[in-house]
Amino acid sequence: MPAYDVLIIGAGLAGQRAALAAADAGATVGLMSKVHPVRSHSNAAAGGINAALNPEDSWESHAFDTVKGSDYLGDQDAIEIMCREAPDEILVLEHLGVTFHRDTEGRLGTRAFGGASAARTYYVADITGQALLHVLYEQMMKYHEKVDSYEEWFVTSLLTDDEGRCTGVIAREIRDGHLELFPAKSVILASGGAGQAFRPTTNALICTGDGIAQAYRIGAPLMDMEMIQYHPTTLAENGFLITEGARGEGAHLYNAEGERFMERYAPNKLELAGRDVVSRAEQVEINEGRGFEDGTIALDITKVPRKRILESLREIVNIGRDFAGVDITREPIHIRPGMHYMMGGVKTDVHGQTTVEGLYAAGEVACVSVHGGNRLGANSLLDTLIFGRRAGEHAARRAREVAMPEAAFSRLRDEERWIESIIAREHGGRRVSEIKLELGTTMNEKCAVFRDEEGLTEALEIIDRLREEAESAWIDDRGTVFNQDVLGAIELGFMVDCAHTILLGALERKESRGAQYRTDFPERNDDEWLKHIDISRNGAEPELSYSPVTITKWQPEERKY
Amino acid sequence: MAEFTLKIRRYSPESGEGPYWESFETELPGHRSVLEGILQVKDRQDGSLAIRCSCRAAICGSCGVKVNGKPMLACNTHLEWAQSNSKDGEITVEPMGNMPVLKDLIVDMDAVHWKKIQRITPWLLPDGEPPEREYVVPHESMVDVTQSMACIQCGACVSDCLSMEVDPLFIGPAALAKAYRFVGDPRDGQHEERLRDLAEDPHGIYDCTHCFFCIEACPKGVAPMSQIMRLRRLAGSDYEIDDRNNGHRHEQAFVDNIRKHGLLHEADLLPDSYGGKLHPRTVPELVDSLPVITRALLRRKVTPQNALLHPHKASEEVKRIFEKVEGRPERLEFNLYVSGTEDDPDAPGPEDEQGPHDSGAGADGQAQQAGSGPQKKRS
Repeated sequence: MPAYDVLIIGAGLAGQRAALAAADAGATVGLMSKVHPVRSHSNAAAGGINAALNPEDSWESHAFDTVKGSDYLGDQDAIEIMCREAPDEILVLEHLGVTFHRDTEGRLGTRAFGGASAARTYYVADITGQALLHVLYEQMMKYHEKVDSYEEWFVTSLLTDDEGRCTGVIAREIRDGHLELFPAKSVILASGGAGQAFRPTTNALICTGDGIAQAYRIGAPLMDMEMIQYHPTTLAENGFLITEGARGEGAHLYNAEGERFMERYAPNKLELAGRDVVSRAEQVEINEGRGFEDGTIALDITKVPRKRILESLREIVNIGRDFAGVDITREPIHIRPGMHYMMGGVKTDVHGQTTVEGLYAAGEVACVSVHGGNRLGANSLLDTLIFGRRAGEHAARRAREVAMPEAAFSRLRDEERWIESIIAREHGGRRVSEIKLELGTTMNEKCAVFRDEEGLTEALEIIDRLREEAESAWIDDRGTVFNQDVLGAIELGFMVDCAHTILLGALERKESRGAQYRTDFPERNDDEWLKHIDISRNGAEPELSYSPVTITKWQPEERKY
Repeated sequence: MAEFTLKIRRYSPESGEGPYWESFETELPGHRSVLEGILQVKDRQDGSLAIRCSCRAAICGSCGVKVNGKPMLACNTHLEWAQSNSKDGEITVEPMGNMPVLKDLIVDMDAVHWKKIQRITPWLLPDGEPPEREYVVPHESMVDVTQSMACIQCGACVSDCLSMEVDPLFIGPAALAKAYRFVGDPRDGQHEERLRDLAEDPHGIYDCTHCFFCIEACPKGVAPMSQIMRLRRLAGSDYEIDDRNNGHRHEQAFVDNIRKHGLLHEADLLPDSYGGKLHPRTVPELVDSLPVITRALLRRKVTPQNALLHPHKASEEVKRIFEKVEGRPERLEFNLYVSGTEDDPDAPGPEDEQGPHDSGAGADGQAQQAGSGPQKKRS
């Protein structure tokens, strides 16, 4: 039975960075993921990674942009740490071999990005996330004797002891279906967001909120769950992402009347305002009848020189061609706001520690909170790396002070029976896929760019019904080898928990801030709502509470772009 | 909406039975992907159908399969394209080749693909301590290696590699493209060691037979074979690595042979690969090759007259090609990301020197614009 000082769940950027840091600090490390590490969703972050590395730039400026971008809901102590440590992190990655874009002098070059007062986004064409992920995986291959990699292992539950501490995980090897117990001194969740609770979404099929729900189920509070980012440029039909890098390189947005409407909404930053601002503007144009017939807006990249597009936006050339039948170098592409990112997640401190002892979280699964009400483009890769590393270092230090927990074999047998009971369910109720579809469309309809009490309440009722239906939802596969069906049933349960807490938060926050826009409470209300909403579950029912926003240097101001 | 029939190769190791074909009907617009068709089958008809997939947008590299016998990503292959390219209107989907099948469309990539990646020492090996800030390296070199960084490790090239079918130990297209990512990276300090390793390995760079299948199969324009050829040019011409496999000399013999005769002159090729007819190594090689030579003569692939008295002489056109290519101060290499286009007056080569890189899967044969970028010649 394998036991680790540090066991990391999820092998995207946050997980791999944590593994590297923990191994460097001398801990024994296990890295576990339900997919091969290079299939992780960090791949999809195309545009770049922010850092104030240029001598004319400053971390304070980066931090202020992030605070303002968060609509003042981000915790400024955490934001300061992230922005201060960003330049060194970029250099670490550069030294490891990331093929960052260079300027004509051969030094690191930048591109512009939304909500930023300087061009501070470092990038590799429009495959930045992919390049970072694959270079980190190169390091994992180099560290193959120091880090045990469990590829295609699915964590079903987190383990706790009588004192409520996290003591490891139970996981199923997907390839042969057997369950195993993994005791660990510390567990770091790095398993990403829950985008699949929405449909459409830019998120990959694996983004089913596993870690968020697992932490919630053992009593860890979730924070800022209502803050769901809708990305301004996603393809209408399937929700695929067109990188913000396109606008960073100079692409414009037009409504059906040919008007560059961002001039009205954000006269200074135009297309490069905060994502919530641009998405809202687009949605207003569409709702008021100035969108195209298919409910979209036009993104015009043709102004960017063709050579530049082919060199630095090649991936969206492919996406336009393969998934929309459009040559983006020659004609505009139709887009609309689409679900993209969760600012909220498992509440952590700046070391990635949750309130459950022995449990850490980093990356999209976590809420530090550095993104507050709205994440800036190119801050997510940074978040994963900075807080992945910090969690790995801290967990490795903790390992020197605590004993290895006992293995809870009785839990393993319970878990086996539970999974067998899912596989054995009679064909009677609904299919898992039907419930998942209704969940996704409900969330996207009622908890999107614009929200109100009526819609959110309706959605909550639907989710309650779906939760019951999910408990008896049936599957086809009765086998053990690559039974993706049974994993889908377990994931559905995770997504229902995530959706439920998202709706609770959105209903509770009676104001409009960042990504949360309540048509029944259209103003930001600092007097009452400059605070986080925490949701935890210790018994059957969720409990809501508030925690203060940490403010260091920057007092809330009106947010204009 | 249109109806498509997906004929899928099924296999369950638990059933005790061999693989079989099963057909499913799906209903989707024709521009939607084969993956979406498969997911619809999973959702509505049979959830036990197994396929790896995640991003749906050709980024994660999970869903490599064979569609109508050719390896590609299911997610960026359009249903209508697949149907019109099928034999009898049924779109066949089966697991990739050259790797063991685990279940349905899932293959064991660890056993083949990742083992080969690990073989090439796939991490940067810089000389000495890193600088205080970033390594200062030419813009072009970073754009250049971006082509191999664009690899998503889907395995499509491995699936179709003919050399690997014959020699399962061949390092293969994906891993060698990954090797170029380090050899082409100026920050790496082990270029020569890496090249020597790959040239001396009997299953290394000279094991590729130039079939172009990997270039055709690659959904990301990585052009693995082109990267292998670049490794060869660097190893043979620039680092003058005289490998024990005779790979470099064999390649040189081809070039010299064409320079001299315009057409391949088989009788010269083999001796020249070993240093000429009088070289001591040539005689035992010729003796070893006697059965092959005999068979070629018996099947009239070669006639004694042609073999000994090659009637061709290189034409003026052939000579001009050699002069032009060899007269350049720098060697030009195809690279997808270093793209000279009509908008760019400073493009390094004239239009006729650019060649199309087929974009591969499901792209209606649309060729991506490719250009030639400068590659510094080492001396």
